[in-house]
Amino acid sequence: MSLYGLQKFLYHLNRDPRVQSRYRDERDALLDEYPLTVEERGAIASGDIGLIYVLGANGQLLMHFAAYLGMPWPGYIQCMRDGVTKHGPVRAGVYTMTTGVTEKVAGV
Amino acid sequence: MSLVYAGVCSHAPGITGRADMAEPLVRDRFHAAFRRMGEDLHAARPDALIVVGAEHFGNFFMNNMPSFAIGMADQYEGPIEDPAWLKIERRGIPGNAGLSRRIITEVMQSADVAYSEEWKFDHAISVPLHFLTPQYDIPVIPANINCQGPPLPPLHRAWNFGEALRRAADAVPERIAIVATGGISHWPATPDSGKINWAWDREFLERWRRNDRAALLSYTDVETYRDGGQGGFEIRTFIALAAAAGGAGTVHFCEPIPIFAVSCTIGEMSVENQPSPGT
Repeated sequence: MSLYGLQKFLYHLNRDPRVQSRYRDERDALLDEYPLTVEERGAIASGDIGLIYVLGANGQLLMHFAAYLGMPWPGYIQCMRDGVTKHGPVRAGVYTMTTGVTEKVAGV
Repeated sequence: MSLVYAGVCSHAPGITGRADMAEPLVRDRFHAAFRRMGEDLHAARPDALIVVGAEHFGNFFMNNMPSFAIGMADQYEGPIEDPAWLKIERRGIPGNAGLSRRIITEVMQSADVAYSEEWKFDHAISVPLHFLTPQYDIPVIPANINCQGPPLPPLHRAWNFGEALRRAADAVPERIAIVATGGISHWPATPDSGKINWAWDREFLERWRRNDRAALLSYTDVETYRDGGQGGFEIRTFIALAAAAGGAGTVHFCEPIPIFAVSCTIGEMSVENQPSPGT
């Protein structure tokens, strides 16, 4: 059930500028408000897009976190591939990877 | 009868946000087709535009996820995404709360729908409006079908929702347009982004063009996920539009543009008379 907390954090961050400010200014206090595993909390705190992807976050939530972190589109795509290479297949949800880690279907 | 226009279009954020990464010739032809759809929409002189989108957690989350929702406000805001990322400026978009209320009240006669007096548009609505109503001169009534957070409403319920929208459009004196937005096959926001099942897309659009209810409703979510990806769940909006329009469809544009992550589609459907409820 913890994936719910991870995704709820992303949902709040994406739609609320105050949450974006708190992520910058008081990250620990903000993350205390969500039911997160140690692994999830670490991934959010360090902006580890690849691990968050593997943990099962919906891509429609995740891609905006990547954009918020200033990551260009090709970098976002590559981070997810790197996450799968490092941590293994996506563990939950429907946003799994069906292409190979070297397969760039849209050229990025 | 006051449904005066019915159409479908893609809404992928790459259409604007990654426009500079696309092959220019096909991008420009697609954008031109999108703008022509806007001209056709305006030519129908609608008083309001219902946009049936498949949003992506702009407003609704798994804490309280409605299968179907309609906005009821005089003013909306969008896009919710970083304007620099989507390359669409954030702004207010006019609605019509009174008309929404009458539409919702009528829809409720035959379909369960949530209503919302606040609604932030994400790319599911903001990308289409960018091309269709660039002056934001037609009041918008946002509608949503949950295509993101399973369990999703079954396809026959999406059809039923479309029929309910049609009855509502026919019940009000205003001239109503409906545009449904979404993808056919796509694997968005993943490393698969850009993968497109062209054969599946063509087959779906053929069924849509014929407005073949049985064929449109025969997909299972297991099949759609396998053949059309998680983005394929958005066929629900095209199916609802077919139910609302009742006629035959015309596909004005459909070509895969991988950097936009989808077969970019522009279509229109003729509005045919339907039996009134209970007959």
